Amino acid sequence: MLKKLPIAEMIALAVFMAIPFFMKDNYFLHLLILFLMWVVIGSSWNIFAGYTGQVSFGHAAFFGAGAYAAGLLAHHFGYSAWWGMALGGPAAVLIGLPFGIICFPLRGAYFTLASLALNLILMHVATIAENFTGGMQGIMIMPAFVSKIPYYYIALAMVVAILAVINLVVRSKFGYYFVSIREDQDAAESLGINSTLYKNISLGISVFFTGMAGSLYMNYMGFIDPSVVFSLSDYSIMAILVAIVGGVGTVYGPTVGAFIMVAVNEFFRSGFFGLLGFIGKRTGSPLVSKALDFVTHAHVLVFGILVIVVILYLPKGVVGDWEKIKRKVLRVRPTE
Amino acid sequence: MSFFRVEKLVKTFGGLTAVNEVSFEVKEGEIFGLIGPNGAGKTTLFNMISGVYVPTSGKVIYKDQEIQGVKPYRICKMGVGRTFQVVKPLGRMSVRDNVIAASFARVNSMKEARDNASEILDFCGLTSVRGTLAKSLPIAGRKRLEIARAMATRPDLLLLDETAAGLNPTELLSAINLIHKIRKNGTTIIIIEHIMHVIMSISDRIHAINFGQTIAEGTPKDVAANQAVIEAYLGTDYA
Repeated sequence: MLKKLPIAEMIALAVFMAIPFFMKDNYFLHLLILFLMWVVIGSSWNIFAGYTGQVSFGHAAFFGAGAYAAGLLAHHFGYSAWWGMALGGPAAVLIGLPFGIICFPLRGAYFTLASLALNLILMHVATIAENFTGGMQGIMIMPAFVSKIPYYYIALAMVVAILAVINLVVRSKFGYYFVSIREDQDAAESLGINSTLYKNISLGISVFFTGMAGSLYMNYMGFIDPSVVFSLSDYSIMAILVAIVGGVGTVYGPTVGAFIMVAVNEFFRSGFFGLLGFIGKRTGSPLVSKALDFVTHAHVLVFGILVIVVILYLPKGVVGDWEKIKRKVLRVRPTE
Repeated sequence: MSFFRVEKLVKTFGGLTAVNEVSFEVKEGEIFGLIGPNGAGKTTLFNMISGVYVPTSGKVIYKDQEIQGVKPYRICKMGVGRTFQVVKPLGRMSVRDNVIAASFARVNSMKEARDNASEILDFCGLTSVRGTLAKSLPIAGRKRLEIARAMATRPDLLLLDETAAGLNPTELLSAINLIHKIRKNGTTIIIIEHIMHVIMSISDRIHAINFGQTIAEGTPKDVAANQAVIEAYLGTDYA
């Protein structure tokens, strides 16, 4: 069906498949798993917001729904958490579609606020329904694997799945319809596009993968509570930042965005990859340890600055404005 | 059987009656002009026909089916295309992609949609700008794109809402030619227009409204000579 083989993608996939064979460091694998998870979440958000134009401020609702679906199944019924993995996506869709049907008459910022409300409602429900969800104490399950490698491959499989879906969607009727709705809903309706139906399809795809990422998180981390998985800043807004930094409405934007965000986050959280801690220990200087303390908490500040810079100078994100970066930063002249 | 007619259409917005008991019939294959001063209710009529507004009362009958209150996307699929007075290009899509998106109203595969789109682009004279982003087209191009997009949905009845407004004389001439070409293609057209010599020269029949009410209907010559129409346009002093 595809006219030319996706060579670059296949090479990238081969590299990622090979990584665990020569890189056994757990810390590094952990970062890669986080990166892959964020590719899934960012790309999911991007289908719905970037292509269909429905900006969601509450994707943590679907992430949390997937995580809780997996956690509750294991916790209450003693099923292996792997069953929960299969359930995470459908559970998120089960929350997402009624939400879509109710809230799609709202447009623009009003819809965005509704998605924020959904996020907060689910967080409170998970907190209050203590008998069922464990409330603030959260849910703890035994991870199925000690090694990180199986999780790595599962996350990689999810990334391959969502990127394949996006690639297919944007080249089909669905992609044209999603973008038409984004550009002008009234014009789209006049061209025979059932905007409510196609918004629901877009939302369905988006939340299915977000929910799967949530159930992966449950299995991988082994512990969730409402303030973690329904977190506005850690998931709902991070999903938006990942897409904005990489490039909203581009196929591989969120992939690049996820890499940048995870790297920046870790760079600061670890005190420049342990460099500051090392210097602090060597010199014993109180100044350095104070700086370390500041730097490890500075990632939020850096995210803020990063987003401002991106919006000002690269409004289409790193991928969307790649030509601009090549011209201005790398000094590459456009080929005639 | 009648091809298309509206019966006693009424639309009120709060206390304001925008369209008041307007009835007319359009025969298959004709160009039917709709005129009236600003705010007469012409675009409101179009919005009721194309499903954007639900009429307060009255009927819209297309091919013996009542279509008032039917959703816009369904009306499009039934074969009624429209353009917007305030153009609505799908801005960050290329001209070609705009037309491809519209083509999916009739076909499902990407290949068929591409074929349909290139045929329509050729028909509407947009082939040379097919790669341009819709938002960077000049106004004449955007108006033409509106028509192309509506034509790509293969309508039997086409509603043109002021597609000639804002065009220079050369552009106007080619717009008129395009409308004639569409009619020759077998598409029935209802056209709203303010530029009198355009609407007088291309319409088979004209329906004039003012303050939401019918004031005249007939051939362009009759309507132009009609006392009520002259009053509506020039005021009672000149009538």
